[in-house]
Formats: sequence, C-alpha cells, structure tokens
Amino acid sequence: MTENEEKKLCAEALIISGVKPEKCMKCGKCSGACPSYDEMEYHPHQFVDMVSKGQIKKLMESASIYKCLSCFVCVERCPRNVMPANIIEAVRALQERPQGTDRLTPDEVKNILDDDTPQQLLMAAFRKYSR
Amino acid sequence: MQRIGVFVCWCGSNIAATVDVKKVAEELKSEPGVVYSADYQYMCSENGQNLIKSAIKDYSLTGIVVCSCSPRMHEATFRKTASEAGINPYMVEIANIREQCSWIHKDMATATQKAIILGRAAVAKVNLNTPLTEGESPVVKRALVIGGGIAGIQTALDIADAGYKVDIVEKKPTIGGKMAQLDKTFPTLDCAACILTPKMVEAAQHENITLYTYSEVEEVKGYVGNFDVKIRKKARYVNENLCTGCGECTSKCPSRKGLNEFNMGLDGRGAIYIPFAQAIPNVPVIDTAQCIKFKTGKCGLCQMNCPSKAVDFSQKDEFIDEKYGAIVVATGFDIITLENYEEYGYSMYKDVVTSLEFERLMNAAGPSKGHLERPSDHKQPKTIVFVQCVGSRDTTGCGKEYCSKICCMYTAKHAMLTREKYPDTEVYVFYIDVRTPGKNFDEFYRRAVEQYGVHYIKGMVGKVYDDGQGHLMVRGSDLLANEQLTIKADMVVLAAATKADESARKLGTMLTASMDTNDFFTEAHPKLRPVESPTAGVFLSGFCQGPKDIPETVAQAGAAAAKVIGLLAKNKLKSNPCVARADSLICSGCSNCEKVCPFGAITYAETDVNDGTVREKRRVAVVNEAVCKGCGACTVACPSGAMDLKGFTNKQIFAEVDAICRQTGE
Amino acid sequence: MQTDRGVTAEKEFQPKIIAFCCNWCSYAGADLAGSGRLSYSADVKIIRVPCSCRINPMFILRAFQKGADGVILAGCHPGDCHYSTGNYFTRRRMTLLFSMLDYMGIEKERTRVEWISAAEGAKFSATMNEFAGEIKKLGRSKRLGDLRCR
Repeated sequence: MTENEEKKLCAEALIISGVKPEKCMKCGKCSGACPSYDEMEYHPHQFVDMVSKGQIKKLMESASIYKCLSCFVCVERCPRNVMPANIIEAVRALQERPQGTDRLTPDEVKNILDDDTPQQLLMAAFRKYSR
Repeated sequence: MQRIGVFVCWCGSNIAATVDVKKVAEELKSEPGVVYSADYQYMCSENGQNLIKSAIKDYSLTGIVVCSCSPRMHEATFRKTASEAGINPYMVEIANIREQCSWIHKDMATATQKAIILGRAAVAKVNLNTPLTEGESPVVKRALVIGGGIAGIQTALDIADAGYKVDIVEKKPTIGGKMAQLDKTFPTLDCAACILTPKMVEAAQHENITLYTYSEVEEVKGYVGNFDVKIRKKARYVNENLCTGCGECTSKCPSRKGLNEFNMGLDGRGAIYIPFAQAIPNVPVIDTAQCIKFKTGKCGLCQMNCPSKAVDFSQKDEFIDEKYGAIVVATGFDIITLENYEEYGYSMYKDVVTSLEFERLMNAAGPSKGHLERPSDHKQPKTIVFVQCVGSRDTTGCGKEYCSKICCMYTAKHAMLTREKYPDTEVYVFYIDVRTPGKNFDEFYRRAVEQYGVHYIKGMVGKVYDDGQGHLMVRGSDLLANEQLTIKADMVVLAAATKADESARKLGTMLTASMDTNDFFTEAHPKLRPVESPTAGVFLSGFCQGPKDIPETVAQAGAAAAKVIGLLAKNKLKSNPCVARADSLICSGCSNCEKVCPFGAITYAETDVNDGTVREKRRVAVVNEAVCKGCGACTVACPSGAMDLKGFTNKQIFAEVDAICRQTGE
Repeated sequence: MQTDRGVTAEKEFQPKIIAFCCNWCSYAGADLAGSGRLSYSADVKIIRVPCSCRINPMFILRAFQKGADGVILAGCHPGDCHYSTGNYFTRRRMTLLFSMLDYMGIEKERTRVEWISAAEGAKFSATMNEFAGEIKKLGRSKRLGDLRCR
C-alpha cells in the first residue's frame, strides 16, 4: 500500500463513519472506558488519532479491529461526540470488504429484489460489493 | 430653505493630489441650497475652522457640508465649530472624500467626479437636516448590586467608599457567596474566611451600604440613571431588628432533617438556622418546608425560647421600591448537577464527591471539623482520585462547552493540601490539559507535582465502580503510558463544571441585558468594555460574565465599581439626539417596533391625538430618548412609517440615494 | 441589457452602485481600506447608516427606481452588532426583499448583504471590487417604475 492509497483509505474511513477527528480533544476517556482495552493492540483513541494522521494500514492489519466489542461505550462517554466505535467499525469494513471489481451492479438488483428485503440490507450490500 | 456652505478640504496633498478640490467646490456651488463654497488646505486647522465660522456669520448659513476626511475623524471637530459659530451642531454633514475617495483612487478625473457625487449627497442630506438637541436626564445617586458574593461585596464597597449609597440584594440568608464556603484559596493558600469575613463585616457596617439578604429582585423598570426596582424581601420569620443572634432558637429546634446547604448537604441543620457562624446578618431564618410549626401547627419552641421575642411566624414577604442610577449584576456561579454522568457514580456512591463538597470536608468549620474523612464510613481516605473536566469542555449537551477555568488550580490546591496534611495519602489527578495561566499559577501546580508528589495522569476516567469491599475502582486511561489503569481508591473527587447561577436568566430578561447561550451576561465589548452590559446603566461583576477566579473577580468588581462611580458622579446624562421618534398622528400602536427594540426603549401610552379633524385618545408608541441608542431597527419594522430616526431620517436617506443616482447633468 | 433611457453605451459602462454601510463596522472597514490605500471601484458610493437594520427596503427600491445598478449592504458580523441584534433583522428582511426584487426583474446578483468588520479593510475593498465587477458584467439594471408618479 502506498502512502497515497493509505491516505485515501483513511479519507474513506472518515466518510463511512461520519467521524470528524478534529473534534477530538485527546482526553482519552474512550480508552478509559473501553472494556476490551487490554485485548486491543490499538485503543479507541488511537484509532481516531491514527486515521486522522493517515495511518490506517497498521490498524487494518491489527487484530484490534476484531477485539472491539462494538459496545459503543466509547461513543457514549466521549465528551465531544467523536464516536470512536464508528471509526473502528469503518476500519473493519474496509478490511473485510472484498477488494477488487464490483460484484453487484444496480441493474442486477431488481432481479433479486423482493418485498421482504430490508432496505438496510440492500444498502449494506452496495457498500460491501461496490469496491 | 437652508443656506448651505460647502467647505472642501485639501488635507495637504492627501485629498488635493487626486481630487481637483477647486472643481468640487465649484460644482457643488450650484447645488440646491448652497450659497457659499470654499476650499482650504487644512479645514480642521484653526484657520480652517475660522474660515467656516466667519462664513457661517457672513453668509448667515444654516447648515454646512465639509468635504474632508472620514466623519469618524473630524465630525466632532466640525460640529463644535458650527456650534461655536452659533448654528446647531447637527446641521453639519461630512462628505468623506479622503478615506473613501482620494486615497483609493488614482485617476484625478474619476476621483474628482466621485468627490462631487459624495458632496452632492451630503448637500442633499443637509437640506433636510433639522436642529437636534442632546437629551438630558437626571441621575439617581444610588447603585444596586445584585448578588452578595465576593464580586458584589467588593463592587459595593468600592462604590460606597466613593461616597455613593449602595444596596446589595442577596437571595440567600447571608452574604458571602461561594467564597465563604471555600477552605483555602490558590495560589497563596490564604484561608478564604480570613480574607472574606472582614470584607463582609465592612459591607455590613458601611454607612453607605444597605443589605437586603434573603431578598430577590422582583421587577426592574426605567433606564440608565433612573431605574425603578422592586425588591422582594422574603419572610425570615425572625425580626431582624429584635434578634441578637444568640442562637438559642437554633439549638432548641427539634427538626433535624434539613440538609445544611452551606456544607453542601453533607450534614443536617435545624428548621431555624443560621447558615454559618460568621453569617451576615447573624440572624436565623426558618425553613418552612422543615419547620414542625409550619407543617403541623404545633411546636413553636424557637419562639418560646427566644429571649428577645424576635421569632414571628406571621411575618410576610415585604416589598421595597427603590430608585437606582446604576445596577451591577454579580450573580455568580454554581456547579452543574451530575445526573448526566453516571459513569462517575456520583449519585450511587457516597464517597464520590464534588470539589465543593471536598472543600467543606477539608474546612475546619465543615461537617468533619476539618478532619478529612470520607462521607460513607467517616474513615480517613488513603487513596484519593481527582477527576478534572467533569462536564467542562463537553459538546454532547450533557455538560458545558466551555472550560470552567478554576478547576485545574483548585484541584492542584486540594491535592497539595491533602498531601500536606496527610502525607500517607496517595493522590492521583486525571487531567486532559492542565491550564494554569496566571501569576504564580504554574509554579503552584508544579509544586503539587514536584514537592508534594501528586500523581498527575494524562487521561480521563471512563468508569467508577464498587469492588464490593468498600473501595471505589477507578478505571481510566493513561495516555502517555498508553495503558488503561484501574486505581483502587477510597474517595473520588469530581471537578464538576461551573455554570451561571440559575437566577441569572430571569434577571437578564428583567434587565433586558443580553446573555450568551450559557446564561453568562454579555459584555458591551469583549475587549474594551468588559464590565459593562450593552444595556446602558447595567454593569457586570464577577462570574456572571464568564468563568473567573477570585483575583479576577475582585479586579472586575473594582472595574465595575469605577464605571458605576463614573456614571453616578454625573448630575445629568447627555444622550445622543439621533434617536427614534414616533409620529403619534400615524402610529397605530401595533407594537411591532417594541418587539424589535433591543433596548426596551419603546413603550406605549394613551395619548391625545389631534390631527385637525379627529380628536381622540389613542395608544401610540413613545420612545424613551435616554434609552434609545438610535439603531433604527424600529423604523423599518414600523408598517405605517410612523417611526423615524432623527439624524438619519427616511427623507434624508432617500435624498442621499437620489443624489448618488442622479446622472451628471441630469 | 435593455435600458429605459435609450442611452447607447458610447463610453464604458459605469454602473451606479450604492453601498449602505453601518457606522460601527463596515463604514470603519471602508475607512480602513482607505487608510491602507486598498483601491476599489469608484462606482461604489457609500451611504452611512447607524446600523444595517436602519436600511429600509424602501431605500433599496428607491435606488432601483432612480437608476442604481447594484445595491450592497454591509454590516457587522452576526453576533458583533453594536446594537446586539440589528444585523439579524437585516439578514431576514433582505432575504425576503431580494427574492421579491428578483421576481420584479432585478437580478439577485445586483443585491447583496455582506458582513465586514472594522478590521477588514482588505475584505471591504475585495468585496466592493468583486461586486462592481459583477454589476459591470450584468450591465445596466432595469429601472423600477413608481406607480404613484404615473
């Protein structure tokens, strides 16, 4: 991964998560509250910090993204509405999504659509397959 | 018809180099109303002014136009000149041909043409000018200070020392405010009571100061120099004149369920109580919610035991009406409630306390007589964790967005005092940033770290929980060590965010003084007028304007006092004559203007209106000229055009627009 | 652009632009632009008013009746008004007025509200230059009629 690609991924992680890391005042309350802190190599506050600095590769390769319980206590406790769990989720999504060509195009959607398909699932599928 | 003189200034070469001043003077001569025009090197010089004065006399001018520098520069000068020559100073208009013409244009023809147009506009305006006189209103030589904390006391003392009468209105039964509750003060560690109580006594004994304790401001009317204030003196049920403060009643009271507010509810008090030993006035008050006599009708032990027959259950709220020339707001602060912060367990664990509670626990006059003990089991804590920024700098809406300013320093003070008195106590401080700007402040904080061995941890606490064995487990991050810590503590002290006192909002509305979203009073100018409210005659002292520590509060209190003295020293207030005026013949009394007026200058009065055919009493708008600042918001809001602004009338501005739009030669 | 005066543009079109400036911020900003010798179009003529909220929509209508090609209002930044709330009124009033003017054929680009503080001399000159340039591009404005004068 080149530095530029990494920067691009970081920007994408911020878009997906809707997180604005510049709001962070680096108090560390997220990590102070995190129940799986010791399990994680990188901690919630580091996710926010590193993504904002363009260092997403280490995070994507780290097992920390799977150790996060998505309990959202960091989001709940953050005094500045930064939402660290959302950024961890975004890094996880970027890592997990199949890389490469599109697997589902909008044209194919109407064939597999039925009334019971929740809209959210469709959105998630687009996100997952459109990379 | 006006007789107008036009005076074109060269300003040396500042104007003359790019504007053909002779041509400007010549062109403007043919404008309607102009009977004289001249140009001169320096119009503002004595010779220049004399030229204007003699022209006014020789040509019996009624108005003048000076084409020169910005009116912000010399309007006052030329108004004075005009007035010395015997015409009304408001018959002067300035055409700004320097800053807004000669200095920004290089081409002589262009600049000259523009100067002529600006001159024409000014001439068109002067044609419609009318003489205006500055309003005058008397000043009541008495000041009201709302709030009897250190800010209010200091302001009142300073005003009183200057020889003016001051009344202090304090909603609590005693003056002293938050400072009276403090133990020591940073960074010198003076005992708060030792420096405050003498000031309280001084205020009480000062011949110029009247104290209204247990009282609230009920209504404010009037304007700068002439406020009418109604004060509600709440019933204490003890006659202040008869009471000797012996305390017999308080010791006999059988009700013990009331929480002692002065000690932050850490201990109890009787239903009849004196907040603290040095309270001023040293007169008890009955808490009717706790008093058995008020609840059941049976008891009255206090009354029976009072040697001076001061207890009076039939006492009623009293109202006092007084006139003031100036009002000082010194309502101070409070700390936020912590129900939004369950992670710190304040409402669950007795040993999680706020800093103000800790202050009482350390205080020799506090519930534990100064011996530090934790509230749950009265044991001396061996490990104390301080958490800073609890609710401060919080943008989620749970707390306050601002920095509370005083917490870093008082936490360092608490940590230091704890280590000083109980060296075997481990003290941890979780901080986000340590903010210590101030004289000897950072040195003080470093002393806590270096000399007293307080453990400062950069990070925040995420959770406080009970380990089941009487300890509080404090989990937080140590960002520098990049680890998560869990500290087994005996006591946790939360530096809760400060907030404006709850009475402030209501008061702000009463005074029509503007406030920010945090209920802090807004100053007239953030840099240059920090102790004045934009509302004339209302001044700000202390925390009510924004977070402040004691030295800053005292400094601001003195500054506010100086401003008040400056106002009260005047016998009459001169007011800007360029104010709004309602034409009672046109006004329909719709109240639109009243709603947009930021100063509350517009009222309505039943007025006799006689337009020649109809004679009737109508409700029409009346502008209080002493309060109106002349912004003109009402003139535009008025649907009928009844409201106009003197000095900037609709007609005058139309004339200026017309003059500028007029085609050359048209 | 059609004009009702039938004047052919034999020399360069010189638009008539009126700038209403509040006394406390924008007029002082204009003075500062002057002291800094920051040049801007001479087509801009300033009228001083105590506050932007003094500007009656009628003044602007009058300007377009009398042949102005653009009108710009400048006041203190929101929150900085000398009279605390005046510029908020301006903002709301002018939003309405400008859409009405647009409907009447005075293009939205010909009217503008700007917040210029006493310290923003450079902004004043840049804004005025830009506005004057825009008006120049638009050409002569339609002249509003006055029914009362028919």
